[in-house]
Amino acid sequence: MIFKQLIACTCLLFLASCKTPPVSLSKIEGKEIPISEEIKPDQDIANFIKPYHDHVTNTLDSVLAYAPDTYNKANGKYNTAIGNFMADAIYEQSNPIFKRRTGHDIDFVLLNKGGIRAQITKGDITSNTAYEIMPFENSIVVAAIKGKNVNEALTYLRKAKTAHPISKLKLVINSDFNIVEALVKGQPVDENKTYYVATNEYLYNGGDNMTFFRPSDSLYVLNYKLRNALIDYFTKVDTINPVIDDRFIQIK
Amino acid sequence: MKRRDFIQQSTVATSLVALGGLSLSSFTTATKTKKITILHTNDVHSHIDPFGPNEGRNANLGGVAKRATLIDSIRLDNPNTLLLDAGDIFQGTPYFNFYGGELEFKLMSKLKYDAATIGNHDFDNGVDGLYAQLPHAEFPFLISNYDFTNTIMNTHTKPYKVFIKDGLKIGVFGVGIKLHGLVDPAMYKETKYLDPIEAAQEMTRVLKEQEQCDLIICLSHLGYKYRTEDKIDDLKLAAATKNIDLIIGGHTHTFLAKPTIVENIEGKNMLVNQVGCYGINLGKIDFYFDDNKNKAAEETSILV
Repeated sequence: MIFKQLIACTCLLFLASCKTPPVSLSKIEGKEIPISEEIKPDQDIANFIKPYHDHVTNTLDSVLAYAPDTYNKANGKYNTAIGNFMADAIYEQSNPIFKRRTGHDIDFVLLNKGGIRAQITKGDITSNTAYEIMPFENSIVVAAIKGKNVNEALTYLRKAKTAHPISKLKLVINSDFNIVEALVKGQPVDENKTYYVATNEYLYNGGDNMTFFRPSDSLYVLNYKLRNALIDYFTKVDTINPVIDDRFIQIK
Repeated sequence: MKRRDFIQQSTVATSLVALGGLSLSSFTTATKTKKITILHTNDVHSHIDPFGPNEGRNANLGGVAKRATLIDSIRLDNPNTLLLDAGDIFQGTPYFNFYGGELEFKLMSKLKYDAATIGNHDFDNGVDGLYAQLPHAEFPFLISNYDFTNTIMNTHTKPYKVFIKDGLKIGVFGVGIKLHGLVDPAMYKETKYLDPIEAAQEMTRVLKEQEQCDLIICLSHLGYKYRTEDKIDDLKLAAATKNIDLIIGGHTHTFLAKPTIVENIEGKNMLVNQVGCYGINLGKIDFYFDDNKNKAAEETSILV
């Protein structure tokens, strides 16, 4: 044992002696420093930010609607008030556009929980709220997929065991996470029928491992950003009313 | 090396083994200690302003102007400081939607960031959107496992950079997360993701053997920890490599009470750290070097 240490030590000395200057790492100290309220802002940096800040806030701060409560995606297991609200708003905003263009109705909406990037805080809703919830530049697309793919989507949701935002879809799973009821606009899924599913291009391209949008019969790009759809919805309504309901539940 | 030197040195080593660590100081006269400070952020996500007073647990925290004050005071205390970022600089506030990352890069340049790696959200306006903002960044982007050859970003990133502070060589390299399934292919285009462990092994070899670095730091946007075995994370990367002293992580927005000590493939302790997200915290790791050839590396004490 001593002999081994001697060899190891000698080798290290040998290595160290080849380098100039010979140094050895003797101590490491690590910590995290919070950027707390008490720290005084650097004035140069603050002055540099100000014109950008003023332009952005002037554009975004006008009040569009009112939130009677705070809605966070952490509240709710299989469906959340904020997710339901978003999916329903996307349906309401995009279905008239889609119908005018194609003559079809959107069958259901499917987004991803990870795409909700902030909560809706109780009080005034501004464009800024929409930017915080939906900072991404993603646009709404409608994928025409077969019932078989819809079933794959339902399997995905069942396995995900989480509250991905959905609208016009009802899903009931049992304690073994098997599907006991699955309805699109109140009807069971027909494997051979074509369904028009609104989502965004990130998910359509397989984001969050949503691989069931391909192959699709066709894809309709609405050129309507999710965020703009939310802003338009907020502009239209006075007070929002997001609720947790029974669109995706587990029965024990 | 001459045989006599070898014998002389093995005598010293024998004494060390016999006498233990306590007597180390008696062997050296006027040991000079050098201190390198590493400051780091990750997943700042365009958070330029501090959070407002009604933002839950983040209320009143963060803000680039305040971060600047803190960094200045640390640099005043120790000029041998590096400031690094582990990616996802872009996306999260309207500043990004309005200016495409221009303000983020300009501010990081004003704060004198030394290097950053690339996160998945830094592709949110495509490789073209990232490229378009590069003129505003006065710091290099380090990434060793993205091959940008067939994209507009080709030649605009480096796998690693060696910094010299107080005569010490500090090697910094970057690794990024798998883009497939996370980023729209239309955004990352022909960017090729390469195995991060293989890239890290190659980087540590180059930085240790060729560049003779005294300190090696990995900027990672892989994520701190995943339960699935086949998904690489910082803890797995740390355990599968050698000669990395610190992995500065990102992506998972992990708030750690303190840096994690991990045993590398050689059984040597090193650190993995990550400071949450949105510029709420600044990570600070101090490395102390003794100008003392008689001290073995195993004696490094880690205080976290």
